Amino acid sequence: MTLHTAVLHGPHGAAPSATAQGAYELAHSAAAQGTQGTQGVHRLVQNVDWAAIAPPAIVAVAALVVLVADLFLTERRKGLLGPLSAVALALATLSLLPLAGEDRHTFCLTAGPRACSYVADPFTLSLQLLVLGGAFVTALLSMTPVRQERLPAGEFWFLLLSSASGAALLPASRDLATLVVALEVASLPAFALVGLRRGQRLSSEAALKFFLSSVAATAVMLLGVSFVYAATGSMHLETVAEALPRVDSRLGTLAATGVALTLVGFAFKTAAAPFHFWVPDTYVGAPVPVAAYLSVVGKAAGFSGLILVAVRAFPSYADAWGPVLAVLAALTMSAGNLGALRQRSDRAHGAVRLLAWSSVGQAGYLLVPIAAAGVTGHDGRAVGATVAYALMYAVVNLGAFAVVAAHRPPGGDGRLDDYRGLARSHPWTAAALAFFLLCLAGLPPGIVGLFAKVTVFSTAVDAGLGWLAVVMAVNVVIALVYYLTWTALLFRPAVREPAGAGPTPVPVAIPLPLTVTVALTSVLALATSGAPQLLLRFADIALF
Amino acid sequence: MIPLDDTVLQALLVAVVAVPLLGAVAALLPAPPGLRGRGPDQAVLRHGVTVTGVVLLGTVLLALGFDHDRSGTMQAESDVSWIPALDVRLHFGIDGISLPLLVLTALLAFLCALYSYARMPAGPGPKAFVALILLLECGTLATFAVLDLMLFFLAFEMVLVPMYFLIARWGGQGRGPAAWKFILYTLLGSVVMLLGLLLLGLNAGTFDMAAIARGQGAGLGHTTQVLAALAIGLGLAVKAPMWPLHSWLPGAHTAAPTVGSVLLACVLLKMGTYGFVRIVLPGVPEGAHTFAPYLAAFAVVGIVYGSLACLALALPSSDRSWRRFAPQSSPGAQGDLKRLIAYSSVGHMGFVLLGIATLTHTGVNGALYANLAHGLVTGLLFFLVGALKDRAGTSDLDALAGTTGAALYGRAPRLGGLLAFGAVASLGLPGLAGFWGELLALLGAYHPAAGLSRPAFLVFLALGALGTLLTAAYMLLVVRRVCMGDPAAPTSVPGLTKVPDVRGAEFAAWTPLVVLTVLAGLWPAALLGLMDPAVQSLLPGVTR
Repeated sequence: MTLHTAVLHGPHGAAPSATAQGAYELAHSAAAQGTQGTQGVHRLVQNVDWAAIAPPAIVAVAALVVLVADLFLTERRKGLLGPLSAVALALATLSLLPLAGEDRHTFCLTAGPRACSYVADPFTLSLQLLVLGGAFVTALLSMTPVRQERLPAGEFWFLLLSSASGAALLPASRDLATLVVALEVASLPAFALVGLRRGQRLSSEAALKFFLSSVAATAVMLLGVSFVYAATGSMHLETVAEALPRVDSRLGTLAATGVALTLVGFAFKTAAAPFHFWVPDTYVGAPVPVAAYLSVVGKAAGFSGLILVAVRAFPSYADAWGPVLAVLAALTMSAGNLGALRQRSDRAHGAVRLLAWSSVGQAGYLLVPIAAAGVTGHDGRAVGATVAYALMYAVVNLGAFAVVAAHRPPGGDGRLDDYRGLARSHPWTAAALAFFLLCLAGLPPGIVGLFAKVTVFSTAVDAGLGWLAVVMAVNVVIALVYYLTWTALLFRPAVREPAGAGPTPVPVAIPLPLTVTVALTSVLALATSGAPQLLLRFADIALF
Repeated sequence: MIPLDDTVLQALLVAVVAVPLLGAVAALLPAPPGLRGRGPDQAVLRHGVTVTGVVLLGTVLLALGFDHDRSGTMQAESDVSWIPALDVRLHFGIDGISLPLLVLTALLAFLCALYSYARMPAGPGPKAFVALILLLECGTLATFAVLDLMLFFLAFEMVLVPMYFLIARWGGQGRGPAAWKFILYTLLGSVVMLLGLLLLGLNAGTFDMAAIARGQGAGLGHTTQVLAALAIGLGLAVKAPMWPLHSWLPGAHTAAPTVGSVLLACVLLKMGTYGFVRIVLPGVPEGAHTFAPYLAAFAVVGIVYGSLACLALALPSSDRSWRRFAPQSSPGAQGDLKRLIAYSSVGHMGFVLLGIATLTHTGVNGALYANLAHGLVTGLLFFLVGALKDRAGTSDLDALAGTTGAALYGRAPRLGGLLAFGAVASLGLPGLAGFWGELLALLGAYHPAAGLSRPAFLVFLALGALGTLLTAAYMLLVVRRVCMGDPAAPTSVPGLTKVPDVRGAEFAAWTPLVVLTVLAGLWPAALLGLMDPAVQSLLPGVTR
């Protein structure tokens, strides 16, 4: 599905437009390109670089295969869909390997200015790695819950793969239409995933909240995109970036409004500060793996969109969106961390709720380098820190969610207090969770978290955003309170059952896929703690 | 003294930092066959003694192999790139300033491990305890051995989590809040310090501490220097601690287990003052110059405040007129001996900071000397008071003293004698370690560096001298109330009637401290000769 839209937007990127100016330029450029019927000199069919588009394409094809296979498999055999999806995601991740270090373009305009709709540059590849790797871990994480909670297997895996293919397409898209379509392909299945636990009030409420806020964002964004298109006559990010400073002065307001609305739409998708209220309820209502998926892959999709639009398409407005994003970053991290701080340890679903608020706080840190890129103005090198931080966050946050999914005592409702005594009953799991939490807090021994934060700090200091750095410093301290509270809980003795409540429950064995997930994320977090360069290299290379 | 190949020295230095880390990991694993001892607890405590012993041996070898004629230059330097993205290098090296601190740290960690082997503090099992002590040792040793700003920050942060758990899990009354206050306060300090370090490193173009020190602030604007000095100084001042940022310290010391107090006072506090000498003075000389008068003023206030607080704690609670000055932070802690020694640390560290603030060779040498002396003497005092608390069940001075005094001379003559020795050393009796540092610091204040207001420093000198008088007053008061008295008099503390005298393991742990205190008092030239060339190379433009 995503494949088709991408194909459509290459040669036919020019669609009917609202204003005379746009229409004029459109006709002009169309004549120059000669892609339309009358002249017909150039090829309508162009060579597609299949290797470059393989990562999202494999996932999209796998989604369709799963959907069809679901129809023909008997109920007993539906367990095969999970491994099939995981393998597809792993294959897609591996298909990134041959692209490493290259800079490939496809779905380009066949004439006129060189503008492509799909680009596989280091930025794309690093985020695709995040998205596909994250989706792969989510798939591992989901095997057991899908079975235990009796989620409809076919739908679940189809939706997960579709959403992942959209999220993987998104960082590669270099025109506004593909961006919007990819973002919707990533989000629409996610609504359904959130509401998949049928008959549960919390689940449908969560899905509805998520849906409404996201649709509002899409509407705003589409309006913005159409304004930008009207003002510049182009959808391609590079062309937009060139055209924006030279927009006719009568269309200046239109262009500025378009830029503002587009950015607001994307900020909405990243759950930045005033638009973050849906996050905790949605995460709590969703199945745990879906919450993990949203916090990592969903967030990455939003951020890659925001980076592409802000840094690639609207650099001429950097002096406006740079400071605004800095303020948003400060608000987001403060709101998220204060929200997390308010969580009481005896509240139902406390663990997921805490991770949800913490993900809002972390989104604030992720915004800092983008704001710094806007303030410094030169070619957005700073956003590499966002990519590096997001990769670190993906690993440790998925790990934390994996432990949460694994540690579901029968009859428990995921309170933080349930984690008391985990160190005694499951020492390795407890150690892993403690390590993930310290990475999130950015304190040794979570060295990778520490240095990822240092990278973000250094972009802020380098850009002269001293106040933002100080706000972030205070937030790091606030965040430590709740991360460390949880860590300390793990090592406390478990709450004693009232006398005569029966024999102490036998420690529950953790299912194999969850063990593998926890082990995988732990190994990754440990390896990157020993050699942070593995992740931080993305902060140092030219991404675009 | 003994000729060692430079490669051997390099390997030794890296090993000294790495062995505790490996030991900490090994402590968590089950003991291998053959090293199981009399049980898992004994085996792991013995493991702690072995590892810290090996590290101590390593530092002693380093000290012997160190070229004492070139103590102003970095030796045993090794430099490997670790995270190129952030320009972080594994850069280790020692000179005349860091070598004594390295040996002191290793010695105290060894003595603490030895003491815990005999008297494990009450709390959960010793496995985690030993691992945390070793992690703490690794962090502090790394702080003194690294020559890279980011690595310095990492080492600085590394001690936080172990210390938090040591206080929160093995501490005494009020440990929860005290541990929180400790970690939040110091984390806030160190994150602000990170901002300063980034500002310094990014503007200087290198994170290499040796290069920054050689540069003497070259290429840094005045504003940058002032901002960096402020941010770094604030972070270090929290750790040092400087009045009025000291308020985390009394609580943490009072609640911590004996071993924790010893390491906190003798090792962790040194990290703050070491940072001042190693980074602030040579790295941002103009900034240091700007803030030197304020630092000196706060230091002197700290000296006077610390001794007044101690005096109020030392006086019988019936003396209401004095009580009004007593810090009323937690009920039940009034007149607590541990608290008293913690406040005396504030006073002693005031001398260290005053010496640094003079920006002269004399003052800085004095500061470093007082730093080491404080480590030896206060370590001994915390050991003694901890032992007393273990025996009597309380460290409340009023309860211990009863009507006539606790009469330790009569009841446990050796313990009483050692306590009197520690008190006298702490008040700076000539011939013991405490004397030289304070004298040199005050001497430095008599002739502060050019450009600093001499009258102001003369006032500081007078106030500091007043502080030494007050210190003598409260220390002698403590001796009178704890050591003297009538052994036959009835006491309300049951543990005091038959108090056991110093045991074998305690003797082993304390004798080195006593011997070194006397040696450092009688032969200051040995240490000063080692430190002075290094100080001169850090402060090249100063005559005195």
